[in-house]
Amino acid sequence: MVQINEALETVKGEDRSYSQGQLIRRRFLRHKVAMSALIVFFIAIVLAYTSIGFGPIPGWWGKDYASTYPKVGNGEPTISLTEFTIGEHPFGQDTIGKDYFALVMRGMQRSLMIAFGIGIISTIIGTIVGLLAGYYRGWVEAVLMRLTDFVIVVPTLVFAAILSQMAGGVVGMTLVLPLVLWTSLARLVRGEVLSLREREFVVAARVSGASDLRVIVRHILPGTVGVIVVAITLAIGAAILLESTLTFLGFGVSPPDTSLGLLISDYQNAFTTRPWLFWFPGLAILTIVLCVNFIGDGLRDAFDPRQTRSKD
Amino acid sequence: MLRYIFRRLGISVLVLFGAATLVFVLTINSGDPLADLRETSADNRDELIEARIRTMGLDKPWYERYAEWLRGAVGCVVPGMQCDLGVTNQGQDVLALTESAMSATLRLVIGATVLAIIVGVAVGILSAVRKYSGFDYVITFGAFIFFSLPVFWAAVLLKEYGAIRFNDWIADPRMSVTQMIIIALITGLVLQFALGGDPRRRLLTAGAAFAVVLAALAYFDADNWFRDPSMGLGVVILVSAGAGVLVTSLVTGFSERRVLYAALTTVGAGAVITFALQDVLEDGGYALLAGLFVLTVAVSVAIGAAWGGHMRRQAMLVAWVTGVIMSVVVVMDYAVSHWSAMLELKPRPVLTIGALSPNFEGDFWERFLDTGTQLLLPTVLLTLISVASYSRYTRSSMLEVMEQDYIRTARAKGVSERAVITKHAFRNALIPLTTIVAFDFASLISGAVVTEQVFGWRGMGQMFINGLRAVDPMPVMSFVLVTGAAAVLMNLAADIMYGYLDPRIRR
Repeated sequence: MVQINEALETVKGEDRSYSQGQLIRRRFLRHKVAMSALIVFFIAIVLAYTSIGFGPIPGWWGKDYASTYPKVGNGEPTISLTEFTIGEHPFGQDTIGKDYFALVMRGMQRSLMIAFGIGIISTIIGTIVGLLAGYYRGWVEAVLMRLTDFVIVVPTLVFAAILSQMAGGVVGMTLVLPLVLWTSLARLVRGEVLSLREREFVVAARVSGASDLRVIVRHILPGTVGVIVVAITLAIGAAILLESTLTFLGFGVSPPDTSLGLLISDYQNAFTTRPWLFWFPGLAILTIVLCVNFIGDGLRDAFDPRQTRSKD
Repeated sequence: MLRYIFRRLGISVLVLFGAATLVFVLTINSGDPLADLRETSADNRDELIEARIRTMGLDKPWYERYAEWLRGAVGCVVPGMQCDLGVTNQGQDVLALTESAMSATLRLVIGATVLAIIVGVAVGILSAVRKYSGFDYVITFGAFIFFSLPVFWAAVLLKEYGAIRFNDWIADPRMSVTQMIIIALITGLVLQFALGGDPRRRLLTAGAAFAVVLAALAYFDADNWFRDPSMGLGVVILVSAGAGVLVTSLVTGFSERRVLYAALTTVGAGAVITFALQDVLEDGGYALLAGLFVLTVAVSVAIGAAWGGHMRRQAMLVAWVTGVIMSVVVVMDYAVSHWSAMLELKPRPVLTIGALSPNFEGDFWERFLDTGTQLLLPTVLLTLISVASYSRYTRSSMLEVMEQDYIRTARAKGVSERAVITKHAFRNALIPLTTIVAFDFASLISGAVVTEQVFGWRGMGQMFINGLRAVDPMPVMSFVLVTGAAAVLMNLAADIMYGYLDPRIRR
């Protein structure tokens, strides 16, 4: 209803109409909180990957995360909001004099990579399972959905801990943790497919001889895009938290590699003497996950306008 | 209804069995159970390895070991069979380990669940009723923050500020005037957000709250109340009577005097009982408290029934809720009056490690306070995280319900807004929440694993982590069994709640 009204209004006002995709884009661009979150998230990514460089490409920040530097004072952060200076070591230095800004940026790079990997892979798994179960019904559905139940009933953290003990490290976690996070999306996609597969356009496609693969990819998958896009963002947020928690418990990333979780874990006992070593990585996690969740919220509103305030 | 429940229970057991199999296979393949022994330089290395292979049964194929565990685990549920959860790689009996670990973890998780439901539902309903107000935005933003917070990070922060700094402060509890003013200001701001109204009323609320809090803090500070607090029967009666009035106003309003009288009579009866039993209460004891609690509920239901008349059901409800609140207040009163004695025994009241202080000797109330202070921070942490999601779900389901036609009908026939919310909307809004709570239980346990680790509790989480690190399947399986069974029970409770909330399901 809302969509039709919106479309009608625009027709009256500007004498043109919008496609479904344009409507969604417009709704998302008007979502102020989500847009600000998107900008902050973008800045964070750019900062993480350009400052200390990535791989062979050098960054604009003069120091790297591995070398030690002469201590400035006790290694306190030199960033100051009152005097607008960044100073020598904006986030301070760690116990042996490494530049903490570079270390946090390195941690962010690793954590973001894990998170994006897990988010994308788990979404692919969940989508495929949901599509197959919803489209084929019968024993395929029974098997896949029971499997989903088995995974859901075990607390996420427990499953994730066991799996990342099997394959730790950045690459291992990226490949293994999606096996934990796909379940809720599979259920959602299956629900959508169950109603889509009975619709006339699907029947028409099947009658005119389209193969199962074509029906699923061309006719059903586009109908589930809303659920999937929202799920990717939420999975990325969940993945960052899961990675850092596992690393904190000792099942994830281990030195010499680093991640935001490992930085917190390493310096949790330094809180009283060097609180900044604890604050900056934690705030980095909080900022990233908060942004991702706000973006997900904005996307959900854009795809499903029935839930937004225009209704009330 | 019964058939439905049994069917659900049967499916849950099957799912639990599947999940257990999956976890067992994954755990035994997650690493080398002999890794630490292979690296040891002890002379009898080979014998040690030999011994561990025998204790863990590593010479048998995995399905035999699994079948053995399963037989013992089934014995824990089916009467007449031996309950046996196997042994750890050191040969300790896992059943005994589980029993001691379970009490700590369940205390934590159940306390957090109950608190989170109460606070989350209240906050969610308030923010739904005041949608798009400042209060709603603050709550929404807060919920997002708590969703996005790494639990372990928040736990370490809480440990620093809630325990270490608090202990420093309580040694010489002085407050500067600025601190008092800031606390009073914040209380006033929050209260005026929550209570709402037009600007004049808001200003009045904020001003009154500010003055009351400031006066109370100044009095506490001058009286050294933070080290030697007391409430006394008078305050107990006042607070309980206030709670009774509040509950009455929520359930029926004041047009029906009988209900209010029932609540106030309950408070009176409670005061008499508390006064008469003060010597017994001073000695304390969990059995005594539980007995008195049952007695309180029975007496207050009887009072409600006696006063009720045609409002019997509501009067009974208000009376027992008031009775329960009053018993909590009485327990708080006794606990508070032993605070200074406990401080003598335990100068730094909030330890950052352990569920109980080691070697703590004291009378019942001092031990009660000790358990409470150790429980406080982990519970607060777990509660905050669950409150975030519960309040969001309550808010959205409440908004959905408020759109329904029967709400418009109720309003149209002149039902007061209070009755619309508490009678017509509230109950229906709770239906989706029961599912969420049951479902969320697993994530609460995940949270408990982390909090136990940070706060050094010897609970189920620690058992799981240590077991997994050593690739020792028995403790891991026992963790999965207990948490899985708890999740199944929670789902069962949710099903029964459905029947209560929505009579259509009862058939």
